[in-house]
Amino acid sequence: MEPSTLGNVASLAYSLPEIVLGAAVVLLFLLDLVVTRKETLGDIALLALALVVVLSARLLWGDSAALFHGSVVLDGFALFFKLLLALAAFAAVWMSLGSREIQRNETGEYWAVLLASTLGLLYMASATSLLMAYLALEFVSLTSYVLSGFMRNSRRASEASLKYLIYGGVASGTMIYGMSWVYGLAGSLDFRAIHAALQSGEAAALPLYVGLLLTLAGLGYKVAAFPFHMWAPDIYQGAPIPVTAFLAVGSKAAGFALMIRFFFTALAQPGGAGVYELVGGVDWSQLILVLSMVTMTFGNLAAITQQGNVKRLLAYSSIAHAGYMLMGFAVLNDDGLRAMLFYLTVYYLMNLGAFVVVMLVANSTGREDLAGYRGLAWRGGAVPAVAMAIFLFSLTGLPPLAGFVGKFYLFAAVVEKELYLLAVVGVLNSVVSLVYYARIVRTMFLEQPTGGEGVVAVDWHNGVLLGLLTIGTLVLGVAWGPLIEFAGRSTSFLAY
Amino acid sequence: MPTNVLTWMIFLPVLGAIVVLCLPRNAATLIKGTAAAFTVPPLIMSVWLFQNFDRTTTEMQFVTKIPWIPSFNIQYFVGVDGISITMVLLTALLSFICIFASWGIEKATKAYFALFLVLDAAMMGVFCALDFFLFFVFWEVMLLPMYFLIGIWGGPRREYAAIKFFLYTMVGSVLMLVAMLALYFYAEPHTFDMLELASRSSTYSTGFQRIAWIALFIGFAIKIPAFPFHTWLPDAHVEAPTAISVILAGVLLKMGTYGILRINYPMLPEATMEFAFWLLIALGTWNIVYGALCAMAQTDFKKLIAYSSISHMGYVMFGMATMTSEGINGAVLQMFNHGTVTAMLFLLVGVIYDRAHHREINGFGGLAGIMPFYTGWTALAFFAAMGLPGLSAFISEVLVLLGGWRHYPALTIVSASAVVLTAGYMLWAMQRIYLGKANEKYLDLPDINAREVFTLVPLGIIVIVLGVYPRPVLDLISKSLDHLNLVVAGKAQVALAAASSVLP
Repeated sequence: MEPSTLGNVASLAYSLPEIVLGAAVVLLFLLDLVVTRKETLGDIALLALALVVVLSARLLWGDSAALFHGSVVLDGFALFFKLLLALAAFAAVWMSLGSREIQRNETGEYWAVLLASTLGLLYMASATSLLMAYLALEFVSLTSYVLSGFMRNSRRASEASLKYLIYGGVASGTMIYGMSWVYGLAGSLDFRAIHAALQSGEAAALPLYVGLLLTLAGLGYKVAAFPFHMWAPDIYQGAPIPVTAFLAVGSKAAGFALMIRFFFTALAQPGGAGVYELVGGVDWSQLILVLSMVTMTFGNLAAITQQGNVKRLLAYSSIAHAGYMLMGFAVLNDDGLRAMLFYLTVYYLMNLGAFVVVMLVANSTGREDLAGYRGLAWRGGAVPAVAMAIFLFSLTGLPPLAGFVGKFYLFAAVVEKELYLLAVVGVLNSVVSLVYYARIVRTMFLEQPTGGEGVVAVDWHNGVLLGLLTIGTLVLGVAWGPLIEFAGRSTSFLAY
Repeated sequence: MPTNVLTWMIFLPVLGAIVVLCLPRNAATLIKGTAAAFTVPPLIMSVWLFQNFDRTTTEMQFVTKIPWIPSFNIQYFVGVDGISITMVLLTALLSFICIFASWGIEKATKAYFALFLVLDAAMMGVFCALDFFLFFVFWEVMLLPMYFLIGIWGGPRREYAAIKFFLYTMVGSVLMLVAMLALYFYAEPHTFDMLELASRSSTYSTGFQRIAWIALFIGFAIKIPAFPFHTWLPDAHVEAPTAISVILAGVLLKMGTYGILRINYPMLPEATMEFAFWLLIALGTWNIVYGALCAMAQTDFKKLIAYSSISHMGYVMFGMATMTSEGINGAVLQMFNHGTVTAMLFLLVGVIYDRAHHREINGFGGLAGIMPFYTGWTALAFFAAMGLPGLSAFISEVLVLLGGWRHYPALTIVSASAVVLTAGYMLWAMQRIYLGKANEKYLDLPDINAREVFTLVPLGIIVIVLGVYPRPVLDLISKSLDHLNLVVAGKAQVALAAASSVLP
């Protein structure tokens, strides 16, 4: 099927979510000058994102098309991610409105920058040319530097932001250098044109491999895969909690979206029966397979050593989860992609949920260290502790929670491809992860409070979000049929 | 009730857990009463099952089959046959009893009983599930309540014991997950239906069978627990509160051997024949002897009972691998008998621990004069555990050994001799705790009370009745087990014949 490629003006009708977001960013910057109560700006951001979700959802029933002369695309895959990313931003704004850290710094531009970052994420999910991909990615990076260093009075945040900037600069520099190799070999920036060039055998395999490796540096950096993960622990720990949650869920998802689209449309082609074939003579699936095993093993082992800051621990856990998701990437078929999309959604619920609890604890006690969680279940209301236990066991992958179903589909895809080594490494990693997730649970439930920790209160604003995420984690653990179907339908790219 | 009886038995406790969670926190008696009330209907249903179970067929009975996730061919599929029916009965009985054994729980009663009911549901689910995916879900769901029940309400080293139990079981279950997926994808159309998977057993290649068998076996062996995966058990048992020890030893350990019978045997018969000697018979014998020797060395009453469980589960492994009718029937009968006997033992340890707050065998003495009724009950349980004729465990152990004698006389002699060791540690413990000079400190210990007797009576009756007349249980199980035996031995024979016909 030859997709219809629309020009600039005709594309606008299909870009309503992005237009709304862009307009909201401008509006927020302007309103910041006149509005004194900065939370109002947050409410406006929330409304804008809700509108984006609705507008993106409406497009689900519409046609697919290549927009802006083929630099971005609107297809099921892009829409899946746009919904997920807009929801991630929505949750981040919601969290920000209930976060002490954010409220203490009465600044209006925060909301605008957050929305701008979301705009970049949406374009990452739909870019179909290297130029657009690079611009979107860089736009997200720049806004993320600002967000993570947002607490100007905190040395830790400033350090985090600076580290992020340096690592990010190196990674994106490496990536654009890699892209230039790919461009040199294929003669085009467009994914489809690259694919065509590779298929005709114009490109030599070795330079292409080098180009891909270098490109992978930038993408691996966004999803926090080994060995491009170094920024994650410091940034997760230093950034305000809602921003950390946003980076952990949104930035990672968009990174995966771009990575999947680039590799599956430019460097592979459908070979029938939901299986993809490699083109260009570079077996990058082996590379991803190794990357996946190393990433999850490193993330989990490093997380075990973390006894102090819970956010830092969750950073290593998020590295491990990037490794799990890469399993779905390495199998090179629709089942693997479906499993990845499903896992990203589930990851959204459980990881955000964990961060909401972290925020609640920080709001009430100002603590992020593990000792601050001691006896959390026995200090008055047990709601945060129980919810945290649900999220952590879901992250471990225990039924009947959503995380189990997510991992189940990933492992199923791996076993189906008969990659037993990967499967065994993956499942044993789940056991390893139990060690550190259970350590938090142990601290909350099995240890008694010593007195000075204080009560963790759940206000209605954060409670609503926490409740929704908990229910989602529980419900998707037993009734995931509709979501897996939706994920399955969203694995088709427009390019073919 | 007829068709959905198993579903009710599984999910009524879940409903109970939800109800318990809605009760006010400080209404302890109300919470306990509610929890007890929700274990009664499953018990009544299990009696109904016992009466209405068709003993003449090997088919699955009381089946419910509903598509769950059609796109992946996952079903909600439950049913019982001779292999699982006794375990369902045991689970219903012990869950009911353990609510009363938990009556003394004071810390966070609401959470305790809610978790206990979830555990109850998961155990019931494991024994009823006929869809591998469903089986796996129940198998894993069991871990969470168990972790908290040991970890929050356990003894001094509870945190260590709880996480050790959790990690060990999880290592086993993730390997099971991979094997399950491998079985699922092996043939078209992909299915998790255990009966369907079993009917395809002849299509699996030998290499595949071996690997899958080992992966599944490790998962189940950890649960049994077979040497060298047994080290979690003494810790978990010693630290767990009384009722949870009862559930652990009475029901959870059986899941290991049940899993082998339900999954390894019918699905991978060739590999079963291949590995039966070393991994079930020889390892089972080793379990029997090793467990008994370890038990003899213990000074902690509860740890002694824990090691005796390892020893007694060895008979189950031994019996089921003899591939004889006596052996396999004896093995499943032993699963049931061990469940009742060891439950009594742990309840009795709980009685003394509640009073003296320690379990040092050498710290007592002469309790017979102070607590005569309690001593009487203990004597009954001890003699049953020793395999004294006239009590239930005797029959099952004899059947197992009879089954073994035909093919493995040497190991049968070793296993049979271990009964002497069992008698040794049991009687020695008896002597140190109940006979001799009374310890001054414990002269005023109250004797066993009505609630405690109430938990012991049903088990005592079963132990005595089955010791004289084991037919009620044997009738339930024999048809299915003999069939399973034939299937495994038969399929392996066919495969061997096919292999030898290729040779000149």
